[in-house]
Amino acid sequence: MNQILLRGKNLSRQWGGLLAVNQVNIEIFLGKIHAVIGTNGAGKSTLINLLAGEVPLSGGSVELLEQDVSLWSEPRRARLGLGKSFQKNTIFPDLSVFENCRLAAQARHQRPWKFWETINSCTYSRTQAQKVLLKTGLHVLSEKKAGLLSHGQKRQLEVAMCLATNPKVLLLDEPLAGMGAEETNRMLNFLNELRPEHGILLVEHDMDAVFQVADMITVMVNGAVIACGTPPEIKNNKDVQIAYLGVAS
Amino acid sequence: MKKSQLFFLLILASVLVFLPQISSEYVLDWLTKTMIFAIFALSLELLVGQTGLVCFGQSAFFGIGAYTAVLFSAKVDHTYLGYLLPLAIFAAALYALIVGALSLRTKGVYFIMVTLAFAQMAYYVIHDTPLGGGTDGIYLYHKPIIFRDLVLEGSIFIYFFTTICLFLVLGFLGLLSSSRFGRALIGIKINELRMRAMGFETYWYKLVAFVISGAIAGIAGFLFAMKDGFVNPEILSWHLSGAVLMMIILGGLGHLRGAVIGAFTYALLEELFRSEIIFGSFSKNWHLGLGLTLILSVALLPKGLFGIRDQLQKSLPLYLANFKKLPKTKL
Amino acid sequence: MDFFTLLIQVLNAVQYGLLLFLVAAGLTLIFGMMGIINLAHGSFYMIGAYLSFGLAPIVAQTIGGGFLVTLVVGLIFAIFLGYLLEWLFYSYLYERDHLQQVLMTYGLILVFEEIRSLLLGDDVHSVAIPAWLSASVQLGDIMTYPIYRLFISGICLLLAAAMLIVLTKTRLGMMIRAGSVNREMTQSLGVNIQFLYRLVFASGVAIAAFAGMIAAPVTSVYPGMGQSILIICFVVVVIGGIGSIRGALIASLLIGFVDTFSKVLLPNVAGVLVYVLMATILLWKPSGLFKAGS
Repeated sequence: MNQILLRGKNLSRQWGGLLAVNQVNIEIFLGKIHAVIGTNGAGKSTLINLLAGEVPLSGGSVELLEQDVSLWSEPRRARLGLGKSFQKNTIFPDLSVFENCRLAAQARHQRPWKFWETINSCTYSRTQAQKVLLKTGLHVLSEKKAGLLSHGQKRQLEVAMCLATNPKVLLLDEPLAGMGAEETNRMLNFLNELRPEHGILLVEHDMDAVFQVADMITVMVNGAVIACGTPPEIKNNKDVQIAYLGVAS
Repeated sequence: MKKSQLFFLLILASVLVFLPQISSEYVLDWLTKTMIFAIFALSLELLVGQTGLVCFGQSAFFGIGAYTAVLFSAKVDHTYLGYLLPLAIFAAALYALIVGALSLRTKGVYFIMVTLAFAQMAYYVIHDTPLGGGTDGIYLYHKPIIFRDLVLEGSIFIYFFTTICLFLVLGFLGLLSSSRFGRALIGIKINELRMRAMGFETYWYKLVAFVISGAIAGIAGFLFAMKDGFVNPEILSWHLSGAVLMMIILGGLGHLRGAVIGAFTYALLEELFRSEIIFGSFSKNWHLGLGLTLILSVALLPKGLFGIRDQLQKSLPLYLANFKKLPKTKL
Repeated sequence: MDFFTLLIQVLNAVQYGLLLFLVAAGLTLIFGMMGIINLAHGSFYMIGAYLSFGLAPIVAQTIGGGFLVTLVVGLIFAIFLGYLLEWLFYSYLYERDHLQQVLMTYGLILVFEEIRSLLLGDDVHSVAIPAWLSASVQLGDIMTYPIYRLFISGICLLLAAAMLIVLTKTRLGMMIRAGSVNREMTQSLGVNIQFLYRLVFASGVAIAAFAGMIAAPVTSVYPGMGQSILIICFVVVVIGGIGSIRGALIASLLIGFVDTFSKVLLPNVAGVLVYVLMATILLWKPSGLFKAGS
């Protein structure tokens, strides 16, 4: 059986009177892509933020690589092996594509006290960045200013930066947002390549993409999980059909 | 180092080494003062330009550096520079550590207000309590000894000592900005949330930057005390904090050279607006000219003098369109 | 300390706190609503005080009015000034980053100070308490308390109550509070944002100036007065929470008490104590005591 890399137990998040995430259980296995889908405002992004540590838990626990990280800060979880890509583009626009990845890689090998060493001599972060850029195919754009990339390329860079920190688990928040058909296919192929060595949580709206690539699907509505299963199971699930289409087929 | 940076350093060095030969006592004093401003501005550039932390309380560290230098100088004998300078730096850095540790828990506008408040606190301690000698200030009776008989006194000697300090600070900050630490600071400035998600403990990075910045401001304060041999509470006033912010904006944020250029520009503007020859009786109200310059330069030249080239490259309509930004309706 | 001395200090603390609240309320509302950090807010207080000094003789000569008439004239002038400033200057500050706002409003402080210096000079002036308010109330056997200070507290309370009523019970107040919590949402709901901003801004200026006007007889009129109150207002906003009127009120009163009593009991550290208070509260609640819009 595959190793569980990340587990969220009874995750809850309360904002005043609103329960944004309500008793959600989720498991990310090594070598599997787990998609989370749901209507708008279902709490999917909040779920990612709870798992990543950006938002504190109102209830429940998070286990990362068999350690209880519920009280850990986001940077600490990231250093253990949790990578997150954002829904909005959070690349550094004024820096080159290469520098974006190098800075991300630096997170794993920080050594901030070595102020006399310029970044040109930081072999770890430089080689790591080169590896990641090669893998994502962005190496041809290495020297370009990140702000000048096309939208699809920026989303790719976003994922590349996530990879540069060498994570075991990837939390991807709508990586396909705003992408055309060809770019979507490229990204999906890329995710397939990543699958064997990582555990991936994918929040997405693009149903075709999700059904193409996911091993497991969790469906959320109003902060709670209404269904969890393999793609065929979800397709035939009455509750899901009602939530999405308003009627069971 | 980029060619343009090297070029700048060479020009600066030659100007500063050459000028004393042809300058009067007044100009020499002005240049020393301006170099001290430049070091002060560089300390703030690290915080504002590189890390994105708008600190409105930098004068506290400057003042503490200066006051420590004077308070710990023996009254009857000479003190050693090797003891006095590190002490001044340490005192300024210590206060920066305390202020930073507390203020960095706040964000955005709160941070600006809190740093201002802490600077005021230092001002009141010096102004009201017997610790600081009160409103009249205190005198430095004996300048410190560097070693054996060599005393740090005399305008030319202090001038060159300040020049050396300026270049050392520039060198250090230059190294810092191209190091891992410096790049991390830039990342924090652009998007702190992203940096945290990647695994950087941003609070500590910011705190260290804050302390380094305070220490450098302390150096500037120390030099100031050496130059005039006199300190008073006004050097902790928030107007000095405002002035140094003005310097780095005038010069251009995000570049160490900008801080130096800004300091010189500010000093020149001060001379201009204070000049009785041009403004007559209005020279007493020189803050007016300074205030108007500040407003206009932020409105028209947000990237400072350094960014003039960038600004000129944009077309005029685009420039004017950016001028008045109405509250937008975002969908 | 005997009972009546204590009572006097309490009354002083409340008076100072309420005055502070008037100025701080404008600051916190302007920031909460329009996102503008306005360093020049203290200058409006100063302008009010100098208005009270400068207008009094003019009003006496032209209309023949006394204190109250000067107040009204000054208030009208302040509203007009606020409107003008928003239109000519502050509307350029929306959407700019904090650093630019800080610098531009700081530049404005310098401009205001020098204009005041050119028009009215740099001397310290006293402003007379109007005759009908200059009596004192007897407290116990020996102590007396000036009625004028009670008048200040009274007016501030009235204004504070009026503000709270407008903000909580009227539609306008609702729009203001909504704008203070979520600007974009309020705009997209079709509210005439530009008018609302101008109104709120002018009110903030007017209230701060009014505070300066009524405080003038007690504090006298001097060049640095705008800045000293500005920084204390910042402490109020930090402690109370940006955009929160309730927070501003509580924080102002808190500071009023700390400041007044420390001046009496520990005069050497009085100036510093307020900041120590701020530091302590920051350790516990980095975003202030209350949230925006309350």
